[in-house]
Amino acid sequence: MSVVEDLYREIILDHYRNPRYKGELPPPALKVEGANPLCGDELSLFLEIKDGKLSNLRISAAGCSISCASASMMAEVILGKKLDEIDKAIERFKEMMLNKNGNPESLEDLGDIETLQGVKKYPVRIKCALLPWNTLIEALKAVRSQKPAEKVVME
Amino acid sequence: MLDVARIRKDFPVLHQEVHGKPLVYFDSASTAQKPKAVIDALVEYYSSYNSNIHRGIHYLSEKATEAYENVRQIVANFINAPQPEAIVFTHNTTEAINCVAYGWGRKFLKAGDEILLTEMEHHSNMIPWQILSQEKGVVLRWMPITENHTLDLKKLDDLLTSRTKLVAVAQMSNVLGTINLVKRIVQKARTVGAKVLIDGAQGVPHAGIDVQEVDCDFLAFPSHKMLGPTGAGVLYGKMELLDAMDPFMTGGSMILEVWKEKATWNKVPHKFEAGTPDIGEVIAFGEAVKYLQNLGMDSVRQHEKEITKYALEKLSEVEDLIIYGPKVPELQGGIISFNFKEIHPHDVGTILDQEGVAIRAGHHCAQPLMRILGVHGTARASFYVYNEKSEVDRLIDALHKVKEIFQSVGS
Repeated sequence: MSVVEDLYREIILDHYRNPRYKGELPPPALKVEGANPLCGDELSLFLEIKDGKLSNLRISAAGCSISCASASMMAEVILGKKLDEIDKAIERFKEMMLNKNGNPESLEDLGDIETLQGVKKYPVRIKCALLPWNTLIEALKAVRSQKPAEKVVME
Repeated sequence: MLDVARIRKDFPVLHQEVHGKPLVYFDSASTAQKPKAVIDALVEYYSSYNSNIHRGIHYLSEKATEAYENVRQIVANFINAPQPEAIVFTHNTTEAINCVAYGWGRKFLKAGDEILLTEMEHHSNMIPWQILSQEKGVVLRWMPITENHTLDLKKLDDLLTSRTKLVAVAQMSNVLGTINLVKRIVQKARTVGAKVLIDGAQGVPHAGIDVQEVDCDFLAFPSHKMLGPTGAGVLYGKMELLDAMDPFMTGGSMILEVWKEKATWNKVPHKFEAGTPDIGEVIAFGEAVKYLQNLGMDSVRQHEKEITKYALEKLSEVEDLIIYGPKVPELQGGIISFNFKEIHPHDVGTILDQEGVAIRAGHHCAQPLMRILGVHGTARASFYVYNEKSEVDRLIDALHKVKEIFQSVGS
């Protein structure tokens, strides 16, 4: 396998070039920021929740192809979903990225996300892919606790 | 001129393949590779005379003490320090700078005093002064950089006042490669009576320095960026300043007499070398200095000037590539930072690595400079005595590969 087949697959670069749900939402939408200071990846999630569902979402991201593509793919998967469904998606994504023996069959309905599996072969880049998801975890925590979200800063 | 083909034979690590391709090591500004003489010195110490120094009354300890203290003289000669006692061994450049911030700054600076830094400093020549500023109310001021990414020395006259007590400046920028005119800065600082600390982390390994000619008060530099092992660094200081300063770390070795409630300090440099130092690493560092002396620092600088000139020419031909720094080999050491428009430096770094080319990508511990450049990070290629122009060609080919991959979709 080459770097193109593992990491810079067409789908990933397409998400990087044409990020889905790019932009911002005005208050009262919830805004949560995340950053990988060591790499310089930064993103902000803007979420609106209605009737227990993620009714609207925008992402403003600046970073490497992997973190931006991961954010874009995440947006496609979670928009319109119930919060507990989003929890499940997060869990499966983290399982895929962090567990070397992750089961690819269980990823079928996660859309383009399975293409990020190749990132696992480049350990220093895994946190790039995780950044949007860790920021999402913080967002859901804020939604549930009704407390302000803290900026997610990855080590 | 350096005989690079011969030099390369001395560096075992260079002769390997990475991801199936011959390694091109362009990350010497992070840490340099080590010649066999340095590795052998480490092995010899640990396998034939490992023992603690300055305290043994046995043969091995005497031998180790002599070898360790001998390096003080070697380093003093290398930077033309007036006496070996002015050479303090630390564990790295960062510790050497902290030594001055805590031992000199904390003792002698007070609220309202000013420290002049530059916008191109490494975090290691920034954070210790920030802490001092927070603790003591010392004011930090900043020498700006010009559009050409050199220091704006015209501003010096305004920035230096009777309140300025210290100027802390890099001899060479670890991001831009800019070689700063430290001698002129020292002369200017003298007019207001300010002391000058030079961060020689990049400058000393690549251009050397004559501390008596430059007349700096303090100089900090590492072993590991100049062909030596990690775990050894140097603080040079003028003797009267080192004598007056407090020790940064305290404990064993740095004392003369100890009572339950007090102690007296050993003389300089031992006052600053608390605890067992990295003995073998310091001894092997001596071999690294000798290796560079054999090459001659003028030849080292000349070689880097040539490879930097060649690399700047070749890089400037790559479409959509932004190159930072002075872009003039006379003003620039063997460090070049660059970015593709719209491609993150970590993506560049990953693809280059797959092509066998090792560079650094990120903020290079200079986040304030990154903000001034308007970027989150840069890709950085850095050269040393063992690099050849043909390796620059490999870098250029790999950069074309980056473009190819990123242009394959969406355009």
